[in-house]
Amino acid sequence: MPLDIYAEEIISQYEHPHNKGKLTKYDVEFHDENPICGDDITIYVKIEKEKIAQVSFEGQGCAISQAGASMLTDFVKGMSISDAKKIDYEKVKEILGLDPGPARMHCAVLSAKALAGALESYMKAHK
Amino acid sequence: MNHSSRETDMKSGIDPTMIKKDFPILKKKMNGKPLIYLDSAATSQKPKEVIDAITEYYENYNANIHRGIYKIAETATEKYIESKRKLARFIGAGKFEEIIYVRNTTEAINLVALTWGMSNIKKGDRILISEMEHHSNIVPWQMLAKRKGAVLDYIKMDNNMEGLSEQSLREQIEKGPKMLAITHVSNVLGSINDVKRITKLAKKEGTTVLIDGAQSAPHMPVDVRAIGCDFFALSGHKMLGPTGIGALYGKTELLESMEPLFGGGDMIKSVAFDSYTPNDLPWKFEAGTSNIEGGIALGTAVDYLERIGMENIRGHEKELTAYALERLAKINGLKVFGYGRADIEKRGGVVSFSLDKIHPHDVSAVFDSFGIAIRAGHHCAMPLVRGIFKVGALSRMSFYLYNDKSDIDSAIDAIGSVKKVFKVK
Repeated sequence: MPLDIYAEEIISQYEHPHNKGKLTKYDVEFHDENPICGDDITIYVKIEKEKIAQVSFEGQGCAISQAGASMLTDFVKGMSISDAKKIDYEKVKEILGLDPGPARMHCAVLSAKALAGALESYMKAHK
Repeated sequence: MNHSSRETDMKSGIDPTMIKKDFPILKKKMNGKPLIYLDSAATSQKPKEVIDAITEYYENYNANIHRGIYKIAETATEKYIESKRKLARFIGAGKFEEIIYVRNTTEAINLVALTWGMSNIKKGDRILISEMEHHSNIVPWQMLAKRKGAVLDYIKMDNNMEGLSEQSLREQIEKGPKMLAITHVSNVLGSINDVKRITKLAKKEGTTVLIDGAQSAPHMPVDVRAIGCDFFALSGHKMLGPTGIGALYGKTELLESMEPLFGGGDMIKSVAFDSYTPNDLPWKFEAGTSNIEGGIALGTAVDYLERIGMENIRGHEKELTAYALERLAKINGLKVFGYGRADIEKRGGVVSFSLDKIHPHDVSAVFDSFGIAIRAGHHCAMPLVRGIFKVGALSRMSFYLYNDKSDIDSAIDAIGSVKKVFKVK
């Protein structure tokens, strides 16, 4: 695998992640982990009017998963629940600005999976 | 390779430059760079003669073993049994009947848990393993303990997290477990357990002993009768053989007392409508058509290892490990787990490390870009890595007879590159 995946932006967001830490007020939290590399993530979401008002994450993992969580949480702020739930691997690649390749796909999608889980459980609780 | 490292490589009686030539994959490239393979604890590479043995079987004498009254069936049967004779000699077993072919170490351990364990473990009995085990030597016992209402105990790691705590070892053995299942060499730390002494202690309590030899049989001389264990499990693919073939050694009287695991062809002497008579050892435990080419090729792998000499291989890996530990010690922010250079006698060719602020997955990915294969993760030992070391994952280099000091030099250079990519000093 070429080193392209360690682009400036990835390294920079890995070192200084955005939206990292637990929100003081949130409506739903969701934990997920990736048994292959031992990454884990907890997503916290504050919902207002069916939209993501605030979102943050805690966890540990490789540069791709951590920078990915940082970029994803930036990306989904203000987004409607239904749009945010539609984020798939193709969208994640767009947000990252690169294709991490098959070996690192699970790292890249971890935060998106956790977000989807959070939104799903919010909707179940607020039917 | 520089002059000084070549001299030391020769000391062990092994010339890795020559050995590398026997392994076709080591002439290949990965990501445009010559492949440097430092993941032999996961699986070993295969010499040409092992690969050829598989083709030769299929091209020249492919036939099912046992009962075929024609030339190529006889040849296949002979070669298959011959491979068991070789393996028996290789690990110091008395006879080939004590060698059961299975898929791998995992299957060997499960076989013991599901046969010996199901008949001998009762409610409240103790099963003893250790905190440094691979999942393969944890989960089968957890399953058995759950089925039987038995107690699963762990020998603790010592305070330095290098080897097993002697105090815990003695305390646990004194409780008189029915089964002690323990690894010979840790796949995470490379720590070598003195299984001969441990077996002797356990035997005083009448404990049945299983040794997980997945990381020892490929790398050092093994003598199961000198160890005194009841069972010994190994994987062919970690010792130059193909995947899908491994072995369980068991003492004859134990194997004879055990029920077969699977029923079917080959494992029976006779079958009536209402009953069956199991076959003699070792066939009693090998139901259905065996992995014939795997067994034969494993025999070829044993030939190769014996030609090089297991003492030489152990000596070579000791030198490589000492060299790696020396070089790694000089790297800022790098922590090596397990015994240090002073205790090299207690360490196999496995070096796990962590690098400050950089995830092992990223370390491994940068190594990959330089054509270097190392492993990152919990190494199938989550209780040890997560529970004891309290880390999510570790990077691991592991060595074999085809590695040399220049491979380690390349790895050290790659660590420099990792730091550069992540802007860490």
